[in-house]
Amino acid sequence: MSEIDTANGELKKKISAFLLKNALYLVMFFLLAIIVMVQPSFLKFQNFYFIVTQSSSRIILALGIASIIVLGYTDLSLGRSVGMAAIVSSSLLQAVNYSQKIFPHLPQLPIVVPILLVMLLCSIFMVAQALIVSKLKVAPFIASLGFQLIIYGLQSIYIDRLNDSSPIGGLDPKFSKFAQGAIEFDNFRIPYLIIYALIASIIIWFIWNKTKLGRNMYAIGGNIEAATVSGVNVVLNILAIYIIAGMMYGFGGALEGARTGSVTNMLGQGYELDAIAACVVGGVSMRGGVGTVPGVVTGVLLFQIINYGLVFIGVNPYVQFIVKGMIIVLAVAIDSQKYVKRR
Amino acid sequence: MYVLEMRGIKKQFPGVKALDNAQLLLRPGTVHALMGENGAGKSTLMKCLFGIYQKDEGEILLNGKPVSFENPRQALDNGVSMVHQELNQVLERSVLDNIWLGRFPMRGMIVDDKKMLLETESIFEQFKIKINPQQKIGSLSVSERQMIEIAKAVSCNARIIVLDEPTSSLTESEVEHLFSIIKALRQQGVAVIYISHKMDEIFSIADEVTVMRDGHWIMTSQVTDITRDQLISSMVGRDFSSMFPPKKNKPSDEILLKVRNLTGVYQPTVRDVSFDLYKGEILGVSGLVGSRRTEMVETIFGYRKLKHGEIYINGHLLKEHTPRESIAHGLGLVTEERRATGIFPLMDIQFNAMIANIDNYCKFGLVNYKKSTKDTKWVIDALSVKTPSQRAAIANLSGGNQQKVILGRWLLTSPKVLLLDEPTRGIDVGAKYEIYQLMIDLASKGNAIIFISSEMPELLGVTDRILVMSNGRMAGIVNTAETDQEELLRLAAKYI
Repeated sequence: MSEIDTANGELKKKISAFLLKNALYLVMFFLLAIIVMVQPSFLKFQNFYFIVTQSSSRIILALGIASIIVLGYTDLSLGRSVGMAAIVSSSLLQAVNYSQKIFPHLPQLPIVVPILLVMLLCSIFMVAQALIVSKLKVAPFIASLGFQLIIYGLQSIYIDRLNDSSPIGGLDPKFSKFAQGAIEFDNFRIPYLIIYALIASIIIWFIWNKTKLGRNMYAIGGNIEAATVSGVNVVLNILAIYIIAGMMYGFGGALEGARTGSVTNMLGQGYELDAIAACVVGGVSMRGGVGTVPGVVTGVLLFQIINYGLVFIGVNPYVQFIVKGMIIVLAVAIDSQKYVKRR
Repeated sequence: MYVLEMRGIKKQFPGVKALDNAQLLLRPGTVHALMGENGAGKSTLMKCLFGIYQKDEGEILLNGKPVSFENPRQALDNGVSMVHQELNQVLERSVLDNIWLGRFPMRGMIVDDKKMLLETESIFEQFKIKINPQQKIGSLSVSERQMIEIAKAVSCNARIIVLDEPTSSLTESEVEHLFSIIKALRQQGVAVIYISHKMDEIFSIADEVTVMRDGHWIMTSQVTDITRDQLISSMVGRDFSSMFPPKKNKPSDEILLKVRNLTGVYQPTVRDVSFDLYKGEILGVSGLVGSRRTEMVETIFGYRKLKHGEIYINGHLLKEHTPRESIAHGLGLVTEERRATGIFPLMDIQFNAMIANIDNYCKFGLVNYKKSTKDTKWVIDALSVKTPSQRAAIANLSGGNQQKVILGRWLLTSPKVLLLDEPTRGIDVGAKYEIYQLMIDLASKGNAIIFISSEMPELLGVTDRILVMSNGRMAGIVNTAETDQEELLRLAAKYI
């Protein structure tokens, strides 16, 4: 009798462990099933192609912020950094024959120059944040809360002075193609966006898993004391991670600018929350020290599938907010369960 | 002559002179014990060496050359490594990553995992450590993690290794294992600084001993030239005729705490523990690491969930099994992990003293500070807590004084039964004596005490009976006067 009890208990434990580990995916799958039942045509290849394309710049941004979350920190300045990068890059890359050019005498620049410039610009702001966070020990939440306001103010002055607050348009066709173009085959095209996201994922995967910086990042996020007494230069590693994140924001921002074709100072607003949500859904722990690149990519894709799917079956947009909110809370609740000690 | 000379070291923290003229002279190829009561400044001195703290004054000579490390990196680069008292490990990462953190072997831009694995395996083989290097470190036991830290310190090829209380979570056979590693290191000419409170260990492993008190250097001697009593008296600064105060409590036949078939829900837990605790009695609890002594008292206290079993306090059956109910009926629990579950580090002594009893100081939700100030004063006086004021943050006190405040906290609840989980761990000899005295005084006033300890001499010196736990079950209860260490060890292995 008691043996059966123990066997039953073991089985129960295994099942509950499995459910806990995969609860989020099960919920997502359940939602997807509902979407498909309501509208079977959702399963068309074209929809997924569209979703992956739409997810691409989000993947790049999420991977940038994911490194910071793995450090055990957070960053609210992502969205405004993206906006700044979009504004600056598109202001420098307007078509030569466009009548309302911001810089009328600016010659046509090779598009890599402004892109590198905004990557540098975002990195500089991130360096400042990293120093404030690691040296002055300001909570990252507060430091980035302040910085997103500073960045927003600066970019608004920029766009206000130079363009009278109207959207920046008339972009250089080469720049537009940089985001909207694709490699064409006979009857199949791979958007550049997907390729950028793929390259970014590979680079970040390499950094996280193969380099000293990546190992140190996990160690700092997992136990900063241990890293310090083991001789890790904590400040330098935090700095490097923030610079990489800044570069990702800058690149992602330029992409968003080129993709939308008409840039205002509202671009990027709230992106940081989407990115953090995707990371959390993808298993990056807000406690730091835990997370994988495939997890982050999956998180972004799942989020986007649900998002798009809800639109596809015509769910009220306000209800979509509720569903998204519940998914985020559920994700963190499940993550926390792994660390709760039962007494 | 000396591999390391630290002379005239001074270090001031806000309000506390942690080090004042501290000195340590270390010869190569020796094990040098660094002793002193808690708060004597041993760890602070070592942190000044290792670059975690910066000394205010004094000189540190390494191989005759003056050094002053600004961070642990520089210390490690100069052949000084340290095993910290609090295990500083990244639990979510592998054993490998933890051992090589800070000095990953590289192949170009890439961390050389293969080399890491090979070198780790050879170190493990050399020191007979049987742990899979690719396992996540969080899945290991505390004693395994302790061994990993030691292996890490050794793998740095350090010429000086500081071990700060390395045996606090090791079993006897593991301690022997550690000693064999230390002896091998000594053979290789490595100098080991060994911080410990355990006298037996000092006399079995150390060559020289330096004693510190109140941040001062007191003496340095060959271990063979000094007796245990001399060592203790130089640590506490007064003569010490005996380790334990005279026992004057007399257990009556009135049962204060009755426990029947105590069984918990979540692992690790205890199974079917039954015993009676009498008025005026001190009941010791012995057992190996992992025998779940802590889980037993935490289950009694209602901190862990009860599956079945009954607990009666003074004949009253507990129903809710929550800490609130237990406290209301006269139970008090001093937890094992003082830092993690005992103190509120940034709050002052007064807050720490009254928090278990806050209802008593409140009227209509407002705190009566007059009363709590008076009671805190009583705690400070009655337990002779060394503190500048009631308003000092408890984190600024030494471990022994923190423990006294925690004990005072429970005394203010006027408990009938006190559950003390390793109350003397990591505190100095003088404070230990005071805590033994307090336990005996309480028992002779008609309280009852459950006293968990890993140190058998103190169980044999203070208790009336000893309950031995083995693998979550009760292996037996023996009369202290009629037992010895061998019987306790035999019982402790009963269900393994």
